[in-house]
Amino acid sequence: MADAEREDAAETDTPNASDTQEKNTNITMAEDGSTLLKRMEITVAEAEKRTGKKAVNMQETYTVYLLETRPSAAVNEGQSVAPDALWRRYSEFELLRNYLLVTYPFIVVPPLPEKRAEFVWHKLSADNMDPDFVERRRVGLENFLLRVASHPVMSSDGIFYHFLTQERGWKEVVYETGFQAKAESRLRALNATFRVKNPDKRFMEMKHYSDELQSITSQLLRARARVADRLYGVYKVHGNYGRVFSEWSAIEKEMGDGLQSAGHHMDAYAASIDDILEEEEHYADQIKEYLFFSEALRAVCRKHELSQYELETESLDLASKKQQRDELATGTMRTFSFKGMTTKLFGQETADQREARLKLLEEQIVEGEETVREKTTECEEHVCSGWVDIQRFKEQKDRDLREAFINYAFMQMSMCRKGIQMWTNAKECFSKM
Amino acid sequence: MSGNVADSAISPTSPTQTIPADLSGQMLELDEDDDLEVFSKDTTNTDGGSFNASMQTSPGSMINQYKFDEEDEEQEPGAKDIFITVDDPESHVTTIETFITYRVLTKTTRGEFDSSEYEVRRRYQDFLWLRGRLEEAHPTLIVHPLPEKFVMKGMVERFNDDFIETRRRALHRFLDRVADHPILSCNEDFRVFLSAQAWELTSHKKQGPGFLTRMGETVRAVAASVRGVKNRPEEFNSIQEYVEAFSQKMTSLDRITQRITKEEKEYLEELKEYAPTYTLWSGSEEELAEPLKGMANSLDRCYQETEEQGRQLSDCLAPALHEYVLCSETLKAVLRRRDNIQAELEAKNEALATKRADRDALKEEIDKMEDRVEWANNALKGDWGRWQRSMRSDLKEAFLSTAQKNVDYYEKCLAVWESFLLSMRAEVSEVDQRAGDS
Repeated sequence: MADAEREDAAETDTPNASDTQEKNTNITMAEDGSTLLKRMEITVAEAEKRTGKKAVNMQETYTVYLLETRPSAAVNEGQSVAPDALWRRYSEFELLRNYLLVTYPFIVVPPLPEKRAEFVWHKLSADNMDPDFVERRRVGLENFLLRVASHPVMSSDGIFYHFLTQERGWKEVVYETGFQAKAESRLRALNATFRVKNPDKRFMEMKHYSDELQSITSQLLRARARVADRLYGVYKVHGNYGRVFSEWSAIEKEMGDGLQSAGHHMDAYAASIDDILEEEEHYADQIKEYLFFSEALRAVCRKHELSQYELETESLDLASKKQQRDELATGTMRTFSFKGMTTKLFGQETADQREARLKLLEEQIVEGEETVREKTTECEEHVCSGWVDIQRFKEQKDRDLREAFINYAFMQMSMCRKGIQMWTNAKECFSKM
Repeated sequence: MSGNVADSAISPTSPTQTIPADLSGQMLELDEDDDLEVFSKDTTNTDGGSFNASMQTSPGSMINQYKFDEEDEEQEPGAKDIFITVDDPESHVTTIETFITYRVLTKTTRGEFDSSEYEVRRRYQDFLWLRGRLEEAHPTLIVHPLPEKFVMKGMVERFNDDFIETRRRALHRFLDRVADHPILSCNEDFRVFLSAQAWELTSHKKQGPGFLTRMGETVRAVAASVRGVKNRPEEFNSIQEYVEAFSQKMTSLDRITQRITKEEKEYLEELKEYAPTYTLWSGSEEELAEPLKGMANSLDRCYQETEEQGRQLSDCLAPALHEYVLCSETLKAVLRRRDNIQAELEAKNEALATKRADRDALKEEIDKMEDRVEWANNALKGDWGRWQRSMRSDLKEAFLSTAQKNVDYYEKCLAVWESFLLSMRAEVSEVDQRAGDS
């Protein structure tokens, strides 16, 4: 199943099939079940620069990405169907993701590729317009869409479907859902500090894990970038050998030819590092994805904490009201109440007043019980579906990262093979000196 | 005879020569390093006296000896009759100084040696003395250079192990080259160096041309170098041009190699930080713990291989290139000395043209000088061919072994990652088994 999906996706990609095959192996395996991805092929095929008006008399340059979709059935039957296509900007992807975050708080929502280039090393550009950066972003955006499309819950979301199929008017539709209001309160809640009495232990462990994951992947990415930088230096200096050998060969008789050709191999060796490191960036992107995933995981755990906290608060409130009612009914005053104080100060209230207060309390208690019931359900549901998705995420992560490490090993081996070849060639030239 | 005075008149090598960045701007610029080494000139005790009093044989017979055949390759291994080793550095501390001595072991069947085996201890100064004497005796032969007196590069101490080892090897090479040389190996001072006990050597050193003789010769040498040579034969011009260019190339290669070593060291430092992040991560994971440990382990092993490869570079290629930087200086000195000898002759010829009295005595002197010039030229020509052959062989060997080491390095790293992949596959089947069992 998963392989077929991947192969199909690879077909419509950029011409170099083996190239994209490689890229697609970086993408998660498609989920089974009736997810969107089974029915539809999705690719982010191209990127283009556009200029447009941002504000009054201000021009901005931005990149748009071509989003192509095709019904899988058609392709499987061998029909050559032209894909539906539309253009999307990065900011629209962000909007989509924010909508998903708010709408599915119990799901670990896949991250977008980074907004700005981070963990940059010497030769790597930090420029958002840099073609390599744009290309890697294109891959990342496609990856994001595929992950959402293969998610058991999110893939059936209408807004997501619109995003894929309807260029104009999509933004309005999203705003109409009113998610923005929720988005703001969500952010506030995520950043708030509050003490939860009885959070689900598993979620607390997960939260702790997400912090660790975030910290360790940043560290890893930073160190890797520095290593890449240094390796670049080592290779490039060898290029100087090429130049000097060439100059030297001019003054030698018997040694001339050997030196000259050895020099060429030194040049080739120095040049080879560019491709090697460009490929390694894909590995870095895979790790980066999980760096950003850790944030999404943390958000799900925090949401649980918040739900639990709200439940506890409501429960406390309800309990307090019940106690007040009991005291009022039996005449004992254990709990402090303003009414009680004023009664003491200004004299007993009338039976009618007491009756009125009791009635209010009873109404509030009924409301409160309803709220607590709702909150309890909400909390339980969140714990239940949240945990399910966390498990799914965990398995996906283990699979993806395993694959990433295997890819890394292949890359290292390829680099070694190139090195062996170059130096064997150089050796041959030296022997002719 | 070119002595210290003449040497200092020549400009030193320009280690500050900037190697231009090149090639589509992708190569790193070899800009002047801040901690650029200052190569100390080989301060040989080249006193005055182009014609050492210890020269026994007549110039005439020497001329023929210097006519090496083109096909005259190195002596066959079977013909080698002298074997020298230099080892066992030992530190000596006195009230005045601290210095290192090396054990010099000689095994030989040569007639001029009384015994067939000698074991002596020599210090760097003694080597310097020997080389000076050889250059004095044979001003236009190419005597292999000694390692520098000291290298001012950052924190290199005079007595750290790497420095001592590098020096030891270079001293060994020096003696080997002298022993291989058909003429130099017959030198009396060389025999004494190899065979005399410490006190014997000290007293032998005190002999040799007196102060006044050396002074006179130095004055003549200065005079000659000041006036310069008028009609240098074409072949020496082309040798001169070659040596200029060769010297530049060797200096560049030496610097490039050192730069590579530096970059590799920095790479290793970063690698050292990188590998442990995987180990750290494995502590937070369950399923991924083994793969992560595998990654860390593989990176560690690659680290070790890289370290070893770096050692080859600094132990083998760098010293070889450096030696030829020094050789270039030797060659330049040899050419200068030859020029000076010719200049003296030219001066005498001019004197002959103008003087009236003492013409016969002058003519006799000129005859001797002409022989001397011819002899010097032939010596140089012969040795030049010899030097070229050994240069080619030495550098070819150095580059070959470097290339081989690099091939080995990449093959070892390849094996590391291959075994990582194998372990990953083994794990998969294990996981499958477990899944099947449960």
